[in-house]
Amino acid sequence: MSRIRDNYENSLWNRLVLWVNGETDPFKGKMEMQPLREADLKGDSVYNPDRLDKEKVEQYLNDLSKNKEMKAFRFLYCLGSVAFCLLLIAVLLLTVSHLPVLGDPNGPNNNEVSARYIEHGTEEFGAINMVTNMILSYRGFDTFGETCVLFIAATCVIVLLRRPEEEIESIKETDWQYEPKPDAILQRITRVVVPVIFLYGFYIILNGHLSPGGGFSGGATVGAGLILYVTTFGFHNTQRFFGEKTYDRVKVGALSLYSVTMIYYFYTGANAIKNVFPLGTPGNILSSGMILPINIFVGLEVACTMYAFFAMFRRGGM
Amino acid sequence: MEIFKIILLLFLIACAVSASIIKSPFISVIVFMSYSLIMSIIWFLLESPDLAITEAAVGAGVSSILFFVTLRKIKGLSEGGENEQNQR
Repeated sequence: MSRIRDNYENSLWNRLVLWVNGETDPFKGKMEMQPLREADLKGDSVYNPDRLDKEKVEQYLNDLSKNKEMKAFRFLYCLGSVAFCLLLIAVLLLTVSHLPVLGDPNGPNNNEVSARYIEHGTEEFGAINMVTNMILSYRGFDTFGETCVLFIAATCVIVLLRRPEEEIESIKETDWQYEPKPDAILQRITRVVVPVIFLYGFYIILNGHLSPGGGFSGGATVGAGLILYVTTFGFHNTQRFFGEKTYDRVKVGALSLYSVTMIYYFYTGANAIKNVFPLGTPGNILSSGMILPINIFVGLEVACTMYAFFAMFRRGGM
Repeated sequence: MEIFKIILLLFLIACAVSASIIKSPFISVIVFMSYSLIMSIIWFLLESPDLAITEAAVGAGVSSILFFVTLRKIKGLSEGGENEQNQR
Protein backbone atom coordinates (compact mmCIF):
# COMPACT_ATOMS: atom_id res chain seq x y z
CA MET A 1 0.00 0.00 0.00
CA SER A 2 1.37 3.35 -0.95
CA ARG A 3 0.92 6.32 1.29
CA ILE A 4 -1.72 8.77 0.17
CA ARG A 5 -0.19 12.17 -0.51
CA ASP A 6 -2.33 14.86 1.06
CA ASN A 7 -0.04 17.69 -0.01
CA TYR A 8 0.15 16.82 -3.70
CA GLU A 9 -0.59 20.42 -4.65
CA ASN A 10 2.67 21.60 -3.13
CA SER A 11 4.80 18.64 -4.15
CA LEU A 12 7.82 19.17 -6.37
CA TRP A 13 6.35 17.00 -9.15
CA ASN A 14 3.07 18.87 -9.31
CA ARG A 15 4.85 22.21 -9.44
CA LEU A 16 7.05 20.88 -12.25
CA VAL A 17 3.98 19.67 -14.16
CA LEU A 18 2.27 23.04 -13.72
CA TRP A 19 5.41 24.84 -14.86
CA VAL A 20 5.80 22.63 -17.94
CA ASN A 21 2.16 23.06 -18.90
CA GLY A 22 2.37 26.82 -18.34
CA GLU A 23 -0.42 26.80 -15.78
CA THR A 24 1.51 28.47 -13.01
CA ASP A 25 -0.25 31.59 -11.80
CA PRO A 26 2.42 34.32 -11.68
CA PHE A 27 0.41 36.44 -9.22
CA LYS A 28 -0.22 33.68 -6.71
CA GLY A 29 0.94 34.79 -3.30
CA LYS A 30 1.96 38.22 -4.53
CA MET A 31 -1.42 39.81 -5.00
CA GLU A 32 -4.59 39.80 -3.00
CA MET A 33 -7.30 37.83 -4.75
CA GLN A 34 -11.00 37.57 -4.13
CA PRO A 35 -13.80 35.85 -6.02
CA LEU A 36 -15.77 37.84 -8.58
CA ARG A 37 -18.99 39.45 -7.49
CA GLU A 38 -22.31 38.59 -9.10
CA ALA A 39 -22.64 41.99 -10.73
CA ASP A 40 -19.23 41.81 -12.33
CA LEU A 41 -19.94 38.43 -13.85
CA LYS A 42 -22.81 39.85 -15.89
CA GLY A 43 -21.11 43.04 -17.05
CA ASP A 44 -18.54 43.52 -19.80
CA SER A 45 -16.01 45.25 -17.61
CA VAL A 46 -14.67 42.00 -16.21
CA TYR A 47 -11.55 40.43 -17.73
CA ASN A 48 -12.78 37.63 -19.97
CA PRO A 49 -10.19 35.77 -22.02
CA ASP A 50 -12.79 34.60 -24.53
CA ARG A 51 -13.86 38.13 -25.29
CA LEU A 52 -10.33 39.50 -25.70
CA ASP A 53 -9.50 40.70 -29.15
CA LYS A 54 -6.67 38.35 -30.06
CA GLU A 55 -5.44 40.41 -32.96
CA LYS A 56 -5.13 43.51 -30.82
CA VAL A 57 -3.23 41.62 -28.14
CA GLU A 58 -0.86 40.13 -30.68
CA GLN A 59 -0.36 43.50 -32.31
CA TYR A 60 0.48 44.97 -28.95
CA LEU A 61 2.86 42.12 -28.12
CA ASN A 62 4.58 42.34 -31.50
CA ASP A 63 5.00 46.10 -31.27
CA LEU A 64 8.72 46.15 -30.61
CA SER A 65 8.85 49.76 -29.50
CA LYS A 66 6.70 48.88 -26.47
CA ASN A 67 7.84 45.31 -25.84
CA LYS A 68 11.45 45.61 -24.72
CA GLU A 69 11.75 41.94 -23.76
CA MET A 70 10.59 40.81 -27.19
CA LYS A 71 13.06 43.13 -28.87
CA ALA A 72 15.96 41.83 -26.81
CA PHE A 73 14.86 38.23 -27.37
CA ARG A 74 14.62 38.64 -31.16
CA PHE A 75 18.02 40.28 -31.32
CA LEU A 76 19.61 37.55 -29.20
CA TYR A 77 17.82 34.88 -31.25
CA CYS A 78 19.23 36.19 -34.54
CA LEU A 79 22.68 36.56 -33.02
CA GLY A 80 22.57 33.09 -31.47
CA SER A 81 21.41 31.36 -34.65
CA VAL A 82 24.11 33.03 -36.75
CA ALA A 83 26.74 32.13 -34.15
CA PHE A 84 25.51 28.53 -34.03
CA CYS A 85 25.62 28.17 -37.81
CA LEU A 86 29.12 29.63 -37.99
CA LEU A 87 30.27 27.33 -35.20
CA LEU A 88 28.76 24.29 -36.92
CA ILE A 89 30.39 25.21 -40.26
CA ALA A 90 33.73 25.74 -38.53
CA VAL A 91 33.57 22.41 -36.71
CA LEU A 92 32.58 20.50 -39.86
CA LEU A 93 35.24 22.16 -42.01
CA LEU A 94 37.85 21.48 -39.34
CA THR A 95 36.82 17.82 -39.24
CA VAL A 96 36.91 17.51 -43.03
CA SER A 97 40.38 19.04 -43.18
CA HIS A 98 41.64 16.37 -40.77
CA LEU A 99 40.15 13.45 -42.72
CA PRO A 100 42.68 11.19 -44.46
CA VAL A 101 43.24 11.87 -48.16
CA LEU A 102 41.11 9.78 -50.55
CA GLY A 103 43.12 6.76 -51.69
CA ASP A 104 46.03 7.34 -49.33
CA PRO A 105 47.69 3.90 -48.86
CA ASN A 106 48.82 4.85 -45.36
CA GLY A 107 45.41 6.12 -44.32
CA PRO A 108 43.65 4.48 -41.38
CA ASN A 109 40.79 3.31 -43.60
CA ASN A 110 43.10 1.17 -45.73
CA ASN A 111 43.84 -1.45 -43.12
CA GLU A 112 43.85 -5.24 -43.10
CA VAL A 113 40.02 -5.42 -42.96
CA SER A 114 39.44 -3.95 -46.42
CA ALA A 115 42.45 -5.84 -47.75
CA ARG A 116 40.84 -9.05 -46.57
CA TYR A 117 37.49 -8.09 -48.15
CA ILE A 118 39.14 -7.35 -51.50
CA GLU A 119 41.52 -10.33 -51.59
CA HIS A 120 39.37 -13.13 -50.20
CA GLY A 121 35.83 -11.81 -50.62
CA THR A 122 35.08 -13.34 -54.00
CA GLU A 123 36.54 -16.74 -53.19
CA GLU A 124 34.78 -16.93 -49.82
CA PHE A 125 31.31 -15.74 -50.85
CA GLY A 126 31.38 -15.78 -54.64
CA ALA A 127 30.02 -12.33 -55.50
CA ILE A 128 31.91 -10.14 -57.94
CA ASN A 129 30.40 -6.90 -56.66
CA MET A 130 32.62 -6.10 -53.69
CA VAL A 131 30.11 -3.86 -51.94
CA THR A 132 27.23 -6.35 -52.00
CA ASN A 133 29.62 -9.09 -50.99
CA MET A 134 30.72 -7.14 -47.93
CA ILE A 135 27.28 -5.82 -46.96
CA LEU A 136 25.41 -9.14 -47.16
CA SER A 137 28.08 -11.54 -45.95
CA TYR A 138 30.75 -10.05 -43.71
CA ARG A 139 28.35 -7.43 -42.37
CA GLY A 140 25.19 -9.50 -42.68
CA PHE A 141 24.20 -8.78 -39.09
CA ASP A 142 24.24 -5.05 -39.80
CA THR A 143 22.10 -5.33 -42.92
CA PHE A 144 19.63 -7.61 -41.17
CA GLY A 145 19.20 -4.96 -38.47
CA GLU A 146 18.66 -2.28 -41.11
CA THR A 147 15.95 -4.34 -42.79
CA CYS A 148 14.24 -4.84 -39.43
CA VAL A 149 14.40 -1.07 -38.86
CA LEU A 150 12.66 -0.53 -42.21
CA PHE A 151 9.97 -3.01 -41.24
CA ILE A 152 9.43 -1.32 -37.86
CA ALA A 153 9.33 2.13 -39.48
CA ALA A 154 6.67 1.04 -41.98
CA THR A 155 4.67 -0.59 -39.18
CA CYS A 156 4.81 2.59 -37.08
CA VAL A 157 3.64 4.71 -40.03
CA ILE A 158 0.76 2.30 -40.61
CA VAL A 159 -0.22 2.39 -36.92
CA LEU A 160 -0.10 6.19 -36.80
CA LEU A 161 -1.68 7.16 -40.13
CA ARG A 162 -4.07 4.33 -40.88
CA ARG A 163 -7.76 5.15 -41.39
CA PRO A 164 -10.63 2.67 -41.33
CA GLU A 165 -11.90 1.69 -44.77
CA GLU A 166 -15.37 3.17 -44.23
CA GLU A 167 -13.88 6.54 -43.31
CA ILE A 168 -11.82 6.57 -46.52
CA GLU A 169 -14.93 5.73 -48.53
CA SER A 170 -16.92 8.55 -46.93
CA ILE A 171 -14.11 11.08 -47.35
CA LYS A 172 -13.61 10.18 -51.01
CA GLU A 173 -16.96 11.67 -51.97
CA THR A 174 -16.18 15.06 -50.52
CA ASP A 175 -12.42 15.13 -51.03
CA TRP A 176 -11.10 14.96 -54.57
CA GLN A 177 -7.50 14.24 -53.72
CA TYR A 178 -7.50 10.54 -52.87
CA GLU A 179 -8.12 9.35 -56.42
CA PRO A 180 -6.24 11.29 -59.10
CA LYS A 181 -8.03 12.92 -61.97
CA PRO A 182 -7.55 11.07 -65.28
CA ASP A 183 -4.78 12.91 -67.07
CA ALA A 184 -4.20 11.76 -70.65
CA ILE A 185 -0.59 12.89 -70.98
CA LEU A 186 0.45 11.53 -67.60
CA GLN A 187 -1.28 8.19 -68.18
CA ARG A 188 0.24 7.71 -71.62
CA ILE A 189 3.75 8.51 -70.36
CA THR A 190 3.33 6.33 -67.26
CA ARG A 191 2.20 3.40 -69.39
CA VAL A 192 5.52 3.61 -71.26
CA VAL A 193 7.81 4.49 -68.37
CA VAL A 194 6.59 2.31 -65.49
CA PRO A 195 7.43 -1.08 -67.08
CA VAL A 196 10.93 0.20 -67.82
CA ILE A 197 11.33 1.38 -64.23
CA PHE A 198 10.14 -1.99 -62.88
CA LEU A 199 12.43 -3.85 -65.27
CA TYR A 200 15.39 -1.73 -64.26
CA GLY A 201 14.62 -2.13 -60.56
CA PHE A 202 14.34 -5.92 -60.80
CA TYR A 203 17.50 -5.97 -62.93
CA ILE A 204 19.37 -4.10 -60.19
CA ILE A 205 18.05 -6.50 -57.54
CA LEU A 206 18.79 -9.68 -59.48
CA ASN A 207 22.25 -8.52 -60.59
CA GLY A 208 23.18 -7.24 -57.14
CA HIS A 209 26.09 -9.65 -56.85
CA LEU A 210 27.43 -8.90 -60.35
CA SER A 211 26.96 -5.20 -61.01
CA PRO A 212 26.57 -2.07 -58.87
CA GLY A 213 23.37 -1.91 -56.87
CA GLY A 214 21.63 -4.52 -54.80
CA GLY A 215 18.56 -4.90 -52.68
CA PHE A 216 18.33 -1.37 -51.34
CA SER A 217 18.87 0.50 -54.61
CA GLY A 218 16.69 -1.83 -56.66
CA GLY A 219 13.96 -1.88 -54.03
CA ALA A 220 13.90 1.92 -53.90
CA THR A 221 13.59 2.03 -57.71
CA VAL A 222 10.72 -0.47 -57.74
CA GLY A 223 9.01 1.44 -54.93
CA ALA A 224 9.34 4.71 -56.86
CA GLY A 225 7.79 3.01 -59.90
CA LEU A 226 4.88 1.78 -57.77
CA ILE A 227 4.33 5.29 -56.44
CA LEU A 228 4.30 6.68 -59.98
CA TYR A 229 1.70 4.09 -60.97
CA VAL A 230 -0.49 4.93 -57.97
CA THR A 231 -0.34 8.68 -58.56
CA THR A 232 -1.40 8.18 -62.16
CA PHE A 233 -4.00 5.41 -62.06
CA GLY A 234 -5.26 5.66 -58.49
CA PHE A 235 -5.44 3.27 -55.58
CA HIS A 236 -8.39 1.37 -56.99
CA ASN A 237 -6.42 0.17 -60.02
CA THR A 238 -3.34 -0.62 -57.95
CA GLN A 239 -5.33 -2.76 -55.53
CA ARG A 240 -5.93 -5.25 -58.34
CA PHE A 241 -2.33 -6.42 -58.23
CA PHE A 242 -0.92 -4.85 -55.04
CA GLY A 243 -3.49 -4.59 -52.30
CA GLU A 244 -3.17 -4.78 -48.55
CA LYS A 245 -3.16 -8.58 -48.46
CA THR A 246 -0.38 -8.81 -51.02
CA TYR A 247 1.55 -6.18 -49.13
CA ASP A 248 1.26 -8.09 -45.84
CA ARG A 249 2.23 -11.40 -47.41
CA VAL A 250 5.19 -10.04 -49.36
CA LYS A 251 6.57 -7.96 -46.51
CA VAL A 252 6.23 -10.48 -43.71
CA GLY A 253 7.24 -13.36 -45.97
CA ALA A 254 10.38 -11.60 -47.20
CA LEU A 255 11.45 -10.60 -43.70
CA SER A 256 10.84 -14.04 -42.19
CA LEU A 257 12.66 -15.84 -45.02
CA TYR A 258 15.52 -13.39 -44.64
CA SER A 259 15.66 -14.00 -40.89
CA VAL A 260 15.64 -17.79 -41.42
CA THR A 261 18.58 -17.43 -43.82
CA MET A 262 20.46 -15.19 -41.42
CA ILE A 263 19.82 -17.55 -38.48
CA TYR A 264 21.25 -20.37 -40.59
CA TYR A 265 24.32 -18.26 -41.35
CA PHE A 266 24.81 -17.25 -37.71
CA TYR A 267 24.38 -20.84 -36.52
CA THR A 268 26.84 -22.32 -39.00
CA GLY A 269 29.29 -19.48 -38.45
CA ALA A 270 29.22 -19.74 -34.68
CA ASN A 271 29.63 -23.52 -34.69
CA ALA A 272 32.19 -23.61 -37.55
CA ILE A 273 29.96 -25.81 -39.70
CA LYS A 274 30.57 -25.71 -43.43
CA ASN A 275 28.01 -23.87 -45.54
CA VAL A 276 25.96 -26.17 -47.78
CA PHE A 277 24.96 -23.54 -50.36
CA PRO A 278 27.10 -23.94 -53.51
CA LEU A 279 29.04 -20.83 -54.44
CA GLY A 280 29.02 -21.55 -58.17
CA THR A 281 31.21 -19.81 -60.71
CA PRO A 282 31.75 -16.15 -59.86
CA GLY A 283 30.19 -14.08 -62.63
CA ASN A 284 27.20 -16.32 -63.36
CA ILE A 285 23.74 -15.09 -62.44
CA LEU A 286 23.13 -18.24 -60.33
CA SER A 287 26.15 -18.03 -58.09
CA SER A 288 27.41 -16.73 -54.76
CA GLY A 289 25.27 -18.92 -52.51
CA MET A 290 22.54 -17.10 -50.62
CA ILE A 291 23.46 -13.55 -51.68
CA LEU A 292 20.99 -13.58 -54.59
CA PRO A 293 17.95 -14.66 -52.48
CA ILE A 294 18.91 -12.23 -49.72
CA ASN A 295 19.09 -9.42 -52.29
CA ILE A 296 15.59 -10.34 -53.48
CA PHE A 297 14.24 -10.34 -49.91
CA VAL A 298 15.82 -6.98 -49.11
CA GLY A 299 14.56 -5.52 -52.38
CA LEU A 300 10.97 -6.63 -51.76
CA GLU A 301 11.15 -5.27 -48.22
CA VAL A 302 12.42 -1.87 -49.33
CA ALA A 303 9.93 -1.59 -52.21
CA CYS A 304 7.03 -2.42 -49.86
CA THR A 305 8.25 0.12 -47.30
CA MET A 306 8.49 2.90 -49.89
CA TYR A 307 5.01 2.16 -51.18
CA ALA A 308 3.56 1.90 -47.66
CA PHE A 309 5.00 5.30 -46.70
CA PHE A 310 3.40 6.92 -49.73
CA ALA A 311 0.05 5.14 -49.40
CA MET A 312 -0.25 5.94 -45.70
CA PHE A 313 0.70 9.59 -46.10
CA ARG A 314 -1.59 10.08 -49.06
CA ARG A 315 -4.69 8.11 -48.24
CA GLY A 316 -4.33 6.38 -44.89
CA GLY A 317 -4.84 2.93 -46.40
CA MET A 318 -3.63 0.73 -49.20
CA MET B 1 36.34 16.81 -66.03
CA GLU B 2 37.84 18.81 -63.19
CA ILE B 3 35.92 21.93 -64.26
CA PHE B 4 32.71 19.90 -64.50
CA LYS B 5 33.22 18.65 -60.94
CA ILE B 6 33.80 22.18 -59.67
CA ILE B 7 30.65 23.43 -61.42
CA LEU B 8 28.66 20.56 -59.88
CA LEU B 9 29.97 21.31 -56.40
CA LEU B 10 29.16 25.01 -56.79
CA PHE B 11 25.63 24.10 -57.92
CA LEU B 12 25.35 21.78 -54.93
CA ILE B 13 26.24 24.56 -52.49
CA ALA B 14 23.91 27.00 -54.26
CA CYS B 15 21.03 24.48 -54.10
CA ALA B 16 21.67 23.69 -50.44
CA VAL B 17 21.70 27.36 -49.44
CA SER B 18 18.72 28.39 -51.56
CA ALA B 19 16.62 25.40 -50.43
CA SER B 20 16.74 26.80 -46.90
CA ILE B 21 16.35 30.47 -47.88
CA ILE B 22 13.46 30.27 -50.38
CA LYS B 23 10.14 31.22 -48.76
CA SER B 24 7.75 29.16 -50.89
CA PRO B 25 7.78 25.51 -49.74
CA PHE B 26 6.85 24.26 -53.21
CA ILE B 27 9.90 25.78 -54.89
CA SER B 28 12.04 24.84 -51.93
CA VAL B 29 11.19 21.15 -52.36
CA ILE B 30 11.95 21.34 -56.09
CA VAL B 31 15.33 22.91 -55.33
CA PHE B 32 15.93 20.13 -52.81
CA MET B 33 15.11 17.63 -55.56
CA SER B 34 17.74 19.16 -57.84
CA TYR B 35 20.18 19.03 -54.93
CA SER B 36 19.62 15.26 -54.74
CA LEU B 37 20.08 14.88 -58.50
CA ILE B 38 23.39 16.76 -58.43
CA MET B 39 24.41 14.71 -55.42
CA SER B 40 23.69 11.49 -57.31
CA ILE B 41 25.89 12.63 -60.23
CA ILE B 42 28.64 13.43 -57.74
CA TRP B 43 28.27 9.95 -56.18
CA PHE B 44 28.67 8.51 -59.66
CA LEU B 45 31.81 10.56 -60.29
CA LEU B 46 33.16 9.39 -56.92
CA GLU B 47 32.88 5.82 -58.30
CA SER B 48 30.00 4.59 -56.17
CA PRO B 49 27.21 3.96 -58.70
CA ASP B 50 25.07 2.00 -56.25
CA LEU B 51 24.84 5.05 -53.98
CA ALA B 52 24.00 7.15 -57.05
CA ILE B 53 21.06 4.89 -57.90
CA THR B 54 19.79 4.99 -54.32
CA GLU B 55 20.20 8.76 -54.07
CA ALA B 56 18.33 9.33 -57.33
CA ALA B 57 15.47 7.01 -56.33
CA VAL B 58 15.12 7.99 -52.67
CA GLY B 59 16.42 11.56 -52.50
CA ALA B 60 15.04 12.95 -55.74
CA GLY B 61 12.03 10.66 -56.06
CA VAL B 62 10.38 9.26 -52.98
CA SER B 63 11.32 11.82 -50.32
CA SER B 64 10.23 14.81 -52.43
CA ILE B 65 6.96 13.06 -53.22
CA LEU B 66 6.43 12.58 -49.49
CA PHE B 67 7.19 16.28 -49.01
CA PHE B 68 4.60 17.20 -51.64
CA VAL B 69 1.96 14.94 -50.10
CA THR B 70 2.60 16.41 -46.66
CA LEU B 71 2.49 19.97 -48.02
CA ARG B 72 -0.83 19.27 -49.69
CA LYS B 73 -2.22 17.80 -46.45
CA ILE B 74 -1.25 20.88 -44.42
CA LYS B 75 -2.42 23.20 -47.24
CA GLY B 76 1.11 24.37 -47.85
CA LEU B 77 0.80 24.36 -51.64
CA SER B 78 -1.28 27.51 -51.76
CA GLU B 79 -1.07 28.50 -55.46
CA GLY B 80 -1.06 25.05 -57.04
CA GLY B 81 -3.86 23.67 -54.88
CA GLU B 82 -6.21 26.59 -55.55
CA ASN B 83 -5.68 26.39 -59.30
CA GLU B 84 -6.50 22.71 -59.42
CA GLN B 85 -9.62 23.21 -57.34
CA ASN B 86 -10.77 26.05 -59.58
CA GLN B 87 -10.35 23.93 -62.67
CA ARG B 88 -12.58 21.28 -61.28
